[in-house]
Amino acid sequence: MIGRRRFARDRHGRIRPGLEAPERELLRMLPEQARELVAHDDHSAQRLFPVAYPDDEAAQTDYREMMGTQLLEHHQQALDILLATVDAATIDTDELHGWLGAVEVLRLLLGTQLDVSEDMTEVDPADPRADQFTVYQYLSMLQNEIVDTLAAALPRDGT
Amino acid sequence: MTGPGTEVQPVEIDDPHSGEDVLVDRPWLVIVWNDPINLMSYVTYVFQKLFGYSRAKATKLMLDVHHKGRAVVSSGQRERAELDVFRLHEHGLWATMEQSS
Repeated sequence: MIGRRRFARDRHGRIRPGLEAPERELLRMLPEQARELVAHDDHSAQRLFPVAYPDDEAAQTDYREMMGTQLLEHHQQALDILLATVDAATIDTDELHGWLGAVEVLRLLLGTQLDVSEDMTEVDPADPRADQFTVYQYLSMLQNEIVDTLAAALPRDGT
Repeated sequence: MTGPGTEVQPVEIDDPHSGEDVLVDRPWLVIVWNDPINLMSYVTYVFQKLFGYSRAKATKLMLDVHHKGRAVVSSGQRERAELDVFRLHEHGLWATMEQSS
């Protein structure tokens, strides 16, 4: 539907996700798959754990040991929030942040699997990656809409 | 999070003969790199939310990342910089840190 906002706030400030049934189905399925990839340290999950110290192997090892588990838990928690609230009539701002994080994880995984480039705007329908790319583009649109709703609630600044 | 009293203080050495032991306050730079996945709107929002930057400043940093390939988004003592890198990693951004030369 044109012009439909998926994450409009109601008069109590809660967010009412306006998702169609196939969207909800997708958003139940993808986090389940993502949890598996992340838990099993799949190649495509590497992008979720960037290197903090590219020029210092020892410092990087320390960083990974100290923060790696916390980072993993953060990503999993976001996926859990999406799974737990995907069918909720309304969600609060914290939960919408969870959705934002979950969609980010899904885009990083899919984008890595698709090996996307910045100027990639379409994929030939005959390409075996076509369906995956459609999902990726859907998630991009969804993330933009979530960002619009969250950014509107940021404190205003003068400049 | 780091609590009060645990901050690392800059080491100040006045001895001009101590050569390379002088480590006076060279700040750590937190760098965000361009990547083909993250959306421009998302990156701008993350800079606003994590660092409290104005929309204008966050947008400028995002465009620097986009056009120049990288931008310094914060700087400070090592612990603080590492926390910023971690928070950026939580948000899926490709962030690294290095000591300014």
